[in-house]
Amino acid sequence: MESWRRNPLVFWIIGLPPTAWLLGFFLIPLALVWVLSFAELRGVVDMEVTGTLSNYARAIDPLYLQIFVKSFVFAGLTTVVSLVFGFPVALAIVFAPRRWRALLLLLVILPFWTNLLIRTYALIAVLRTRGFVNFTLEWFWDQANAVLSLIGLGSLQLLGGRFEPLELLYNNTAVVVGLVYVHLPFMVLPLYASLEKLDRSLIEAALDLGASQLHAFRTVVVPLALPGIISGSILVFIPALGSFLTPDLLGGTDSQMIANVIERQFKSANDWPFGSALSFLLMYLTFGALALRALYSRRTAGQGRG
Amino acid sequence: MSAIGTDDTPIIEISGLSKRYGPISAVDSVDLTIRRGEFFALLGPSGCGKTTLLRMLAGLELPTEGTIRIDGQDMSMVPANRRPVNMVFQSYAVFPHMSVRDNVAYGLRVDGVPKSDAWEQAEEALNLVKLGGYGPRRPDQLSGGQRQRVALARALVKRPKVLLLDEPLSALDAKLREQMRLELVNLQESVGITFVVVTHDQGEALSMADRIAVMDHGRVQQTAPPAELYEFPQTKFVADFIGSVNLIEGRVQAGGNGQVRLLAPGVPVPVEIEQENGLPEGSTGWLALRPEKVDISNDPPADAARNTVMGTVEEITYLGEVSIFHVRLDDEHPLIKVAIANVDRVTRRPFTWGDRVHLSWTPTCGIVLSQ
Amino acid sequence: MATPVGPLDYARRTWVRLMLMVVFVFLYAPIVTLIAFSFNDSRRNIVWQGFTLDYYGKALRNDSLIEAFGNSLTIALASTIISIILGALVAVLLWRFRFPGRAGYEGAMALPIVIPEICMGVAMLAFFSRVGWPSDLPWPFSLSAITIAHVSFSFPFVAVVVRARLEGFNRELAEAAQDLGATEWQVFRDIMIPFMRPGLVAGGMLAFTLSLDDFVITFFTSGPNTVTFPVKVYSMVRFSVTPEVNAASTILIVITVALTATALWLQNRANDKAERAAG
Repeated sequence: MESWRRNPLVFWIIGLPPTAWLLGFFLIPLALVWVLSFAELRGVVDMEVTGTLSNYARAIDPLYLQIFVKSFVFAGLTTVVSLVFGFPVALAIVFAPRRWRALLLLLVILPFWTNLLIRTYALIAVLRTRGFVNFTLEWFWDQANAVLSLIGLGSLQLLGGRFEPLELLYNNTAVVVGLVYVHLPFMVLPLYASLEKLDRSLIEAALDLGASQLHAFRTVVVPLALPGIISGSILVFIPALGSFLTPDLLGGTDSQMIANVIERQFKSANDWPFGSALSFLLMYLTFGALALRALYSRRTAGQGRG
Repeated sequence: MSAIGTDDTPIIEISGLSKRYGPISAVDSVDLTIRRGEFFALLGPSGCGKTTLLRMLAGLELPTEGTIRIDGQDMSMVPANRRPVNMVFQSYAVFPHMSVRDNVAYGLRVDGVPKSDAWEQAEEALNLVKLGGYGPRRPDQLSGGQRQRVALARALVKRPKVLLLDEPLSALDAKLREQMRLELVNLQESVGITFVVVTHDQGEALSMADRIAVMDHGRVQQTAPPAELYEFPQTKFVADFIGSVNLIEGRVQAGGNGQVRLLAPGVPVPVEIEQENGLPEGSTGWLALRPEKVDISNDPPADAARNTVMGTVEEITYLGEVSIFHVRLDDEHPLIKVAIANVDRVTRRPFTWGDRVHLSWTPTCGIVLSQ
Repeated sequence: MATPVGPLDYARRTWVRLMLMVVFVFLYAPIVTLIAFSFNDSRRNIVWQGFTLDYYGKALRNDSLIEAFGNSLTIALASTIISIILGALVAVLLWRFRFPGRAGYEGAMALPIVIPEICMGVAMLAFFSRVGWPSDLPWPFSLSAITIAHVSFSFPFVAVVVRARLEGFNRELAEAAQDLGATEWQVFRDIMIPFMRPGLVAGGMLAFTLSLDDFVITFFTSGPNTVTFPVKVYSMVRFSVTPEVNAASTILIVITVALTATALWLQNRANDKAERAAG
């Protein structure tokens, strides 16, 4: 690497276009939102930057605080569920025969290549009352009824008079299911990377010393896979926290997350200052999560150097 | 060598043990008995199945067929964590996220030993491997040799019936390896636990073990004490793998009465060897002759008729304690290696390249093998 | 006799296999059903009624859908080209120069990758309306706002990919060229660009898919006359689930999967080549 002073002309020619773009079409727009978050509404569309903190104060209003809490809970649940399902998957891939490994990994990544909107739509098509899941359940219900009537219990209507499709969509569960569906690969990949590096003889040593599989998992596998667990959790938590599309399409009226509120402020409620304040609060939360991870990786790196 | 504490009761009895991966047999119907208190070595080239066999003893691999009895109990399918054996791994497998003390105490803590007791015993075990006071350190602050000692202490602290060691010296440098051989033998004597060590290094096995099982292609070729293995190999493979040997193929002319007579192409006289196991007449046999047991001289030896051939010195290799003379017999074919100890500092070379020499050996020097 | 399951054969344990199956069914069942029912000869029913390509025909005859698709491709193409140039410049800058505030600069470049999409979306909306970006330009200039927004989130990704490629560059090659009398520009054109090409292609493919796939940010920058494919699908999805949407979605799935696979393949091929050249 050379100092920029050795070749200032080349440095500026290379550096100027992207820097100008980033400044003009990214940082300034962000700064604008930041400034707007200190503005007050004057009339329907007019705003005046007064340096007020009222927009932030409003975010602490129980109504919105509750939405922040809900977003946190959804993102947290998504992270936990992804971890619970992602860990065995990553473990299975790492310990699968070599020729299967690449294929299994590809299978995990592949859905990730398809459009988020389309995947969410696909989930709607499967989960709706007239969707595939309910259709399958109804089929089982019919079969069960047929069996019942065959043994002479048909008239008792043990399973209810008619099949009641499950309401699988437009509620909080659907949102979490959708978020897990979208973010699971983000969990599996870092887990895979850290489990792959794990020396197998360490697990064997634990078993050899008398630990049960579960104990070896708890005392050896989990502590050594911790960097992967943390990376994966951050990679799932951050985008899940800021999700817009999933709660928008799969959620009910009470499944709003922060992003949905922000969208409403900008698109229908026309309260840009408040929306801006919410945006920046969301961004601060994101940075907080990233900073936590940076802190953790610095601490472990320090330990490694010992 | 530690004969102390050895008695003849078996601690491990292996019978008909096989491990197959698809069509490949890593271990192929092995029968083996290891005695209580003995220092036992599994020796063989890489890929011979010795590590798989060791891992089956530990319960880290399960056999496809056959049984393993440890101290009289069938352990073939018992999980690793419920076997009274412990292992020192080739990579040492010291838990990087635990202190030395927690590593050593791990096996005790798993068994529910209270922390203070476990730490006390861990400290004792660390003293045993000369790492007293290292308890609070972290593994990444230790050298390779120290990490191995931690692994040893960690396994020994559980007082296993058998200690399994997978290539324990392979990752150490040459100097440390010599020292560690001796230490392992002393350690085994002082704790009185049966050691089973896997190695590909014959020097290691010969110098440490009470008995050695030589393995090749998943099968045990021969099980014997080191000297017997060297002097009375039962197969060509063992003769060739342990030490250096001249192997000359021939046809058995007569094979009874404790004497075998072999006709080898290129060797002008019949080879006569005294040995107990006879060979069927007309079968193929191989003469195994150690280089240091062949006599080399300018003049024909006194008893010139028997086991004496002539040849030309083709090459001389200086190896420090010995020199190896490669002698080509007249009929081109066999090349016989002869070792002569360099007893004097100023090497007196009685023979040089191109010299005509007489080679001879007594009937009790070599052995004729059938396989 | 079957090989017994060893202690570390986790992939052969029943519960792990069951878990794998559950996860893969969960990941694939929706997409597979979506694709399958785009060929189903029934408008409402999810029972299989026979194979048909009708809905593909309908989707292709749907003018607004086709227009949206054209917009998407145009935007993707334009934003990809700009992103490749800007991303390559960033990569070269960070690879070559030491300058004050370098760490901060790198952090700023990573911002578009890490901030929530919704924040970027509203920032773009606020920005374009504040600067009074003209919304009545003739096509294709009417797509300029969306294109600019797409470039802003794509080029940092291109920079990451190209930079990874540059890590393997032997600086002596550039020095040798300079030693032989090449100017800065000639070194860049003759040595750097050919070396970066696989990275540029892979980064470009990534930018293209990102642009083609983006919904949230586009949603905030598109107007009634500048609808992209995902935005159009969104409005259709909000309305109802129809085989037509299935067909359109299937087309997009095939395109993005094919593009990503090509990008990966190109990258692998380049890596293999580099390995062979090195070995």
